[in-house]
Amino acid sequence: MAASVVNAYSDPSTSWMNAPHSTGTSIMACEFDGGVVIGADSRTTTGVYIANRVTDKLTRITEHIYCCRSGSAADTQAIADIVTYHLNFHKMELGEAPLVESAAAIFRELCYNYRDSLMAGILVAGWDKHKGGQIYSVPIGGMVQRQQVSIGGSGSSYVYGYVDANFKPKMSKAEAMKFVTNTLTLAMLRDGSSGGVVRLGVITEAGVERSVILGDQLPKFYED
Amino acid sequence: MSSIGTGYDLSASQFSPDGRVFQVEYAAKAVENSGTVIGLRGKDGVVFAVEKLVTSKLYEPGANKRIFHIDEHVGMAVSGLISDARQIVETARSEASSYRSQYGVSVPLKYLNERVSMYMHAYTLYSAVRPYGCSVVMGSWSENDGPQMYMLDPSGVSFSYFGCAVGKAKQAAKTEIEKLKLADLTVKDLIKEASRIIYLVHDELKDKQFELELSWVSKATKGRHELVPRELAAEAENLAKQALADIEDSDDADM
Repeated sequence: MAASVVNAYSDPSTSWMNAPHSTGTSIMACEFDGGVVIGADSRTTTGVYIANRVTDKLTRITEHIYCCRSGSAADTQAIADIVTYHLNFHKMELGEAPLVESAAAIFRELCYNYRDSLMAGILVAGWDKHKGGQIYSVPIGGMVQRQQVSIGGSGSSYVYGYVDANFKPKMSKAEAMKFVTNTLTLAMLRDGSSGGVVRLGVITEAGVERSVILGDQLPKFYED
Repeated sequence: MSSIGTGYDLSASQFSPDGRVFQVEYAAKAVENSGTVIGLRGKDGVVFAVEKLVTSKLYEPGANKRIFHIDEHVGMAVSGLISDARQIVETARSEASSYRSQYGVSVPLKYLNERVSMYMHAYTLYSAVRPYGCSVVMGSWSENDGPQMYMLDPSGVSFSYFGCAVGKAKQAAKTEIEKLKLADLTVKDLIKEASRIIYLVHDELKDKQFELELSWVSKATKGRHELVPRELAAEAENLAKQALADIEDSDDADM
């Protein structure tokens, strides 16, 4: 272990070239009255190199279902593409919009069956006419669990306490957006592999509203 | 071949010159010889009633049931060849279970019906197989979609119904069903109506013995398909017998 660390410092280029792209990440989803707010930072790293500082980790699955991706960029993109394919087909067979629960079940199936080869921690979030706004967390290993609020990625470890202290069920849309922005900003400040801008998405019956909060417009917290 | 239209009934893979597939029509005949099955869709659920003909006194009561559970929320009542029907039940069950394991939720009846219909229809296309000699009625209730009911033919054609009847006395049963205000009735009322109709259309002279099978899936059963509880079924059956006796009395009085 130590040898490889020394080696990486003495010749950084090798680590940049060999390390996989991963979304060392801060992601979050939060139910509110009428839908869900999803959010993510925008940093993609290759080892210590920031391969992309404006990444979009909020990926569309259907009109009303999105996922927040963390882990290997390649793995999570591939999974999201496969689930998108399945749900498009399912939508045609069903003649109506697929359920968020069904999207989560397909994510789970893939993440569980290929758990030995995948590095993927995904939050599935969306709105459907059966249960309204919903969030399903599919962590590494392929479990599914519905949650009212969920955080993920390397940055999440720093903000569990903040989320527990500040989450309230049935917030307004504005409150939920503020809560997600604050949480992600705090996570990005502490986590070296999270950063950039905060991307947000609000999913309601009406569809998705996307927004970006640029680095200089993020809320200010204690930074010494 | 003596004339046009003969010799086209041995295979399901060939049309007759006037555009019919005889094997499918013969399968429909097999259903017409079977006991009557009715399905009623009320405002809060679906009720099934089956006139199960008992051909021998040596059978145990309750043998050869004609109402099946497909999934927790779907019931199926079958008419026609029982052994053919059991295969359809099996197909529907595996379809429902694979939907659940793929999509994490119970199968919508609309979708299940499409799948089972496609399966039935496939058996009207090839010379190596014969069509299924059965018709089935499927029903479910859910908070989001309310009561739903479909009836499916040996031809693979299916429709959604407010009320339907199939089997021996389907005409008489349909006439009775048409008199009901189905959209206003609850399943509690419907089991009584369904029992009454089965007793009414039963032909005492041709088929001596029969058992009445009753099941429902409704808001009251929390969307689960269940056999009607013994006391309620007995009550409905007694009312049906009473109604039949009243009709016979008034017939006697007329004479």
